[in-house]
Amino acid sequence: MGRYLTKRLLLVVPTILGVVTLVFFLRFLAPGDPARLMLGERATPDAVKVLRADWGLDRPKLDQYLIYMGKVLRLDLGRSYKTGDPVAREILTRFPATVELSVVSIVIAAILGILAGVVAATRRNTIADFVAMVGSLVGVSMPVFWLGLVLIIVFAVRLNLFPTGGRLDERMLMERITGFYVIDGFIRIFKEHDFSYFFSALKHIVLPSLALATLPLAVIARVTRAAMLEILGQDYIRTARAKGLPERTVIWSHAFRNALLPVITIIGIEFGYNLAGAVLTETIFAWPGLGNWLYNAVLARDYLSVQGGVTFVSIAFILINLLVDVIYAYVNPRIRY
Amino acid sequence: MPTSTLESVTSAPAANGSAPPPDVSLLHEQWLQFRKSKSALLGLLLIVTFSLLALFAPVLAPGDPLLQHLPASLTRPLHGGYLLGSDDLGRDILSRILFGSRISLMVGAISVSISVVAGGVVGLVAGYFGGALDLLAMRFIDLMMAFPSILLAIVICATLGPSLQNAMIAIGVIGIPSIARVIRASVLAEKELDYVTAERSLGASHLRLIFSAILPNCVAPIIVQSTLAYAGAIISAAALSFLGLGAQPPAPEWGAMVSSGKEYISTAWWVITFPGLAILLAVLGFNLLGDGLRDVLDPRMKE
Repeated sequence: MGRYLTKRLLLVVPTILGVVTLVFFLRFLAPGDPARLMLGERATPDAVKVLRADWGLDRPKLDQYLIYMGKVLRLDLGRSYKTGDPVAREILTRFPATVELSVVSIVIAAILGILAGVVAATRRNTIADFVAMVGSLVGVSMPVFWLGLVLIIVFAVRLNLFPTGGRLDERMLMERITGFYVIDGFIRIFKEHDFSYFFSALKHIVLPSLALATLPLAVIARVTRAAMLEILGQDYIRTARAKGLPERTVIWSHAFRNALLPVITIIGIEFGYNLAGAVLTETIFAWPGLGNWLYNAVLARDYLSVQGGVTFVSIAFILINLLVDVIYAYVNPRIRY
Repeated sequence: MPTSTLESVTSAPAANGSAPPPDVSLLHEQWLQFRKSKSALLGLLLIVTFSLLALFAPVLAPGDPLLQHLPASLTRPLHGGYLLGSDDLGRDILSRILFGSRISLMVGAISVSISVVAGGVVGLVAGYFGGALDLLAMRFIDLMMAFPSILLAIVICATLGPSLQNAMIAIGVIGIPSIARVIRASVLAEKELDYVTAERSLGASHLRLIFSAILPNCVAPIIVQSTLAYAGAIISAAALSFLGLGAQPPAPEWGAMVSSGKEYISTAWWVITFPGLAILLAVLGFNLLGDGLRDVLDPRMKE
């Protein structure tokens, strides 16, 4: 266990360095020069030259790389080409919104996915199983950007139950305590006896988190079903049933606890994808998170912001996968690499 | 196929070396098994339908997918001769969806080909030669997998410049790691088997061993993985086009159609609904087929 963990942890370092390197050099695939792009077609060559020198773009690529790497190691991601704001600060301001959305949607996905998977496995080859499995394939095949719009049409435009986007009603200004508006709104109930912020935050998160939950829900359901089917076929389950234990006990305390390992793993992996893949959902619901900001940086060709954002999200993704592996190794005593 | 002087020896029954010709009865058996799976058949049906629609789009389409008719913009479905309604520029949505199936199927085919060729070379070479080469290749593959794939596609596509062609390249690139891994795994399993050893001891070249002995026996997992990748490619291409990074207007690409309709969702639901359904059904078709093929061709890969 100790040796496995050490090895796994050590492997993270070159992976992160590799990610930073790859993202850095990806930029040079881009046609055109950032300074020229920023100043427009009619800028004088001198102005472009000055700006290039200012940004360090006139140095050799290797120098630029080493300088950037040195800055990244000091957690400095540079300043946005467009706004001049520090990229790291921009990222940290928006990150809580993305985390909040991802957590809520993964919780929804985990609860519903596990239920669907267990029901499908215990009623194998019945209508319920068929519906759950076809449903999960539909979920896997769902274009999330389209689903988001359909949810908006049905629940926001037609039924007027939820807002079409954003995190809060427009007139509201949330005092940032944790950055998670549902929690901040909850705290406000006690501080100011004001329920409106909490309910507004809740109302705003429903549709985007449902859209973002679809894919992980489908995947979790499939993995749960497969894991349960394997366990339910084993002898100790037959023994438990033969002892006369109620079916509910057999399924949940005997079978499900042992099927939990792959399910926990897939939940972790899907959470990582949620954090990263929230770009589409955030764009549709005008959710002011990292994905939305990153997309705008991409459109504006603000390379340093894109570079910083992608690096940050990828490192978060790597660390979550590391955590999943550690939990897996911890829970499963059979792993001894 | 590389020919060698050993052709006659290796193909002699006694050597029984290279991959056996496809066994007709085995194929038949697999088809029977495949046929039992209703979902796989449904997938095949969906794909065949979309292929036919794409092939005969010029015949089937009631109108020109690019022809604008502003007086009839945002016409409801079943009105004014528009079966599925018209978009904001008065173009017939049904015709656009039909021609859009050509784009989506082509995008899938090209990007999956990129993934299979590049990932195939990496996987074959890494698995076959092993050693430092394998280590290096697999570290690089791991590195690519450390990126969240949709993000990588967005960045590649944005860097190269928004176009359908660059979207296909981006999607092809993000598909490389999974194909490379699948192929490497099956090469590793295959290369230690007796028939490969036998052929090697007869003096077959590396190329011959790779292409005529090992590769034919890795086809099943490649087919399964490619079918699932095809589904992923269609949905990713639609997503990139939706974000404005893939197909550019006025191309009747499904994702771009959803994007162009998103400003009218409060008044004209049909503009986004039908192209979205087309994406869903096409992707579902490939996922259903891929799942069914996996159960038949590669029982080891079963979940």
